[in-house]
Amino acid sequence: MRILVTVKHVPDLQSHRSFTDGTVTRTADDGTMNELDENAVEAALQIVEAAGEGEVVALTVGGPDAVAAVRKALQLGAHRAVHVSDEAIAGSDVFGTAMVIAAAVRKVGEEAPLDLVVTGMAALDGLTSMLPTALAAELDWSQLTLASALTVEGGQATIERHLPDAHETVTAPLPAVVSVTDEANKPRYPNFKLIMAARKAEIPVWSLADLGVDAAAVGGGASRTTVVEASERPERENRVTVTDTGDAGTQLADFLIEKGLA
Amino acid sequence: MSVAVLIEQRGGEVTRPALEALTLARSLGSPVAVWLGDAPSADAVAQLGEYGATEVRVASVGDGARLPAQAAAAIAAATADTSVLIVISTFVTKEIVTRLAVLTGAGVVVDAAGAELVEGKVETFQTVFAATWNVRTRIDAERAIVGIRPNTTQASPADQPGAATVVDVAVELPETRERVTHVEPVAQQDGVPLSEAPVVVSGGRGTGGDYTLVSELAELLGGAVGASRDATDEGWISHEHMVGQTGTTVTPALYVACGISGAVHHRGGMQASGTIVSINMDPDAPIFEISDFGVVGSLFDVIPQAIERIKAHRGA
Repeated sequence: MRILVTVKHVPDLQSHRSFTDGTVTRTADDGTMNELDENAVEAALQIVEAAGEGEVVALTVGGPDAVAAVRKALQLGAHRAVHVSDEAIAGSDVFGTAMVIAAAVRKVGEEAPLDLVVTGMAALDGLTSMLPTALAAELDWSQLTLASALTVEGGQATIERHLPDAHETVTAPLPAVVSVTDEANKPRYPNFKLIMAARKAEIPVWSLADLGVDAAAVGGGASRTTVVEASERPERENRVTVTDTGDAGTQLADFLIEKGLA
Repeated sequence: MSVAVLIEQRGGEVTRPALEALTLARSLGSPVAVWLGDAPSADAVAQLGEYGATEVRVASVGDGARLPAQAAAAIAAATADTSVLIVISTFVTKEIVTRLAVLTGAGVVVDAAGAELVEGKVETFQTVFAATWNVRTRIDAERAIVGIRPNTTQASPADQPGAATVVDVAVELPETRERVTHVEPVAQQDGVPLSEAPVVVSGGRGTGGDYTLVSELAELLGGAVGASRDATDEGWISHEHMVGQTGTTVTPALYVACGISGAVHHRGGMQASGTIVSINMDPDAPIFEISDFGVVGSLFDVIPQAIERIKAHRGA
């Protein structure tokens, strides 16, 4: 069983973030692996462990700092990592990003066929959740998205999907792109041995030329959308915090009544 | 200009977000409703007309549109002549519009709070980074798809409502690699769904698993019950109630957080709410930083007193 896991380097959501010329400003010290990608790494490891053979390849796309994301995946137990980096990728929309990842998936698949690509359900910075679908379409692989449970058997992958109106079971032949939710599993903690190994791991960096992707087909120039304005939301004004000394419930009710909300 | 709107329905009834989307579509052009599934009732068609739809294009795909690629094919067939499509942004529609954009080359913005035409191009506004930034995005592609969040446009009937014409759309659903082998409907709660509720009262770790007071306050305020990830992880309440970036994102007029500390995942799912009120024992809880009115105290003391006061006020 060979599985590729896509992981994304995202700004630390607790830290200060900003935009420069319509794209997210990345700084060296505040990035991390998208938390929801831990569920993707865990799902891939569990399948390989159950199969008793195979490997998990972690892949990230991004500038030099993005390597932190695949190192985190190695700490969790991914067997090796690939970093796709090229200045021409900057500003890509989801379709450009899917084209780049698909090319990298094909390149990894040249060594030996891949059975699955596993992704997280969303990236906590942008949170559009569109990438897994775009990638499945680009690869023309099966699309099994928002899996809260995943089983692979006899060349078929089967998922449980919890939607607001129904719980679905969906099955499809491999190869497949699967996105897993944070309900799918409980990610393991990195162990010391893997942390040391991840620090030293040699991680190949692939450019667009290595992938055979035309630089004009991706990046800001090919993006179907442009951020024209970005501003930090102002803090709420006139905030009130009271400590309950016996009548805070009444005060709260009066606040709602005054605002016409109760 | 025709603006297509994918109509969200629940058991054949047009949902309120669908009416919000039609209202938004009227500000961009002339709305055309797209209806997937069994033919709409006369009442539904009349309501769509009242909110400005000139046509209701019906693709009778039955339950065949559960797979995103098939739903996308049906919408593509129904919207070949329109350059703008508005959908309600959900995890499901985001997948459908991604497939659709792969077919048509459209530019897509999802989770938008609004849209307008600027020099012939659609521009959208939305919040990003756990709702701490406002962003305006221009869709440059010739076709535009906008996923709009519920509760971001005030639904209102058209000034000059007309009768919508029903048009049947022939759709050939594509073969897919995926097969839906089992569908188990989720029992819908009474009242409005979480994402559409004008008021949301949520309980977290501080409830200790007891949602009696949270539910009582929600009912009194005409709202829905939400929860933090802590609470759903504990199994105190089902996942459908989870407010947050991996659950439901809500933007009600009033959000009441009870015993919720305000982890970044939770804040990202509710920070854009109108008025935020919180009750928490911990004075350092991050939820207070984004609350218009915060109470440091026990929800078991504060909620009953607030309920009593509101009832007394209403009775007066």
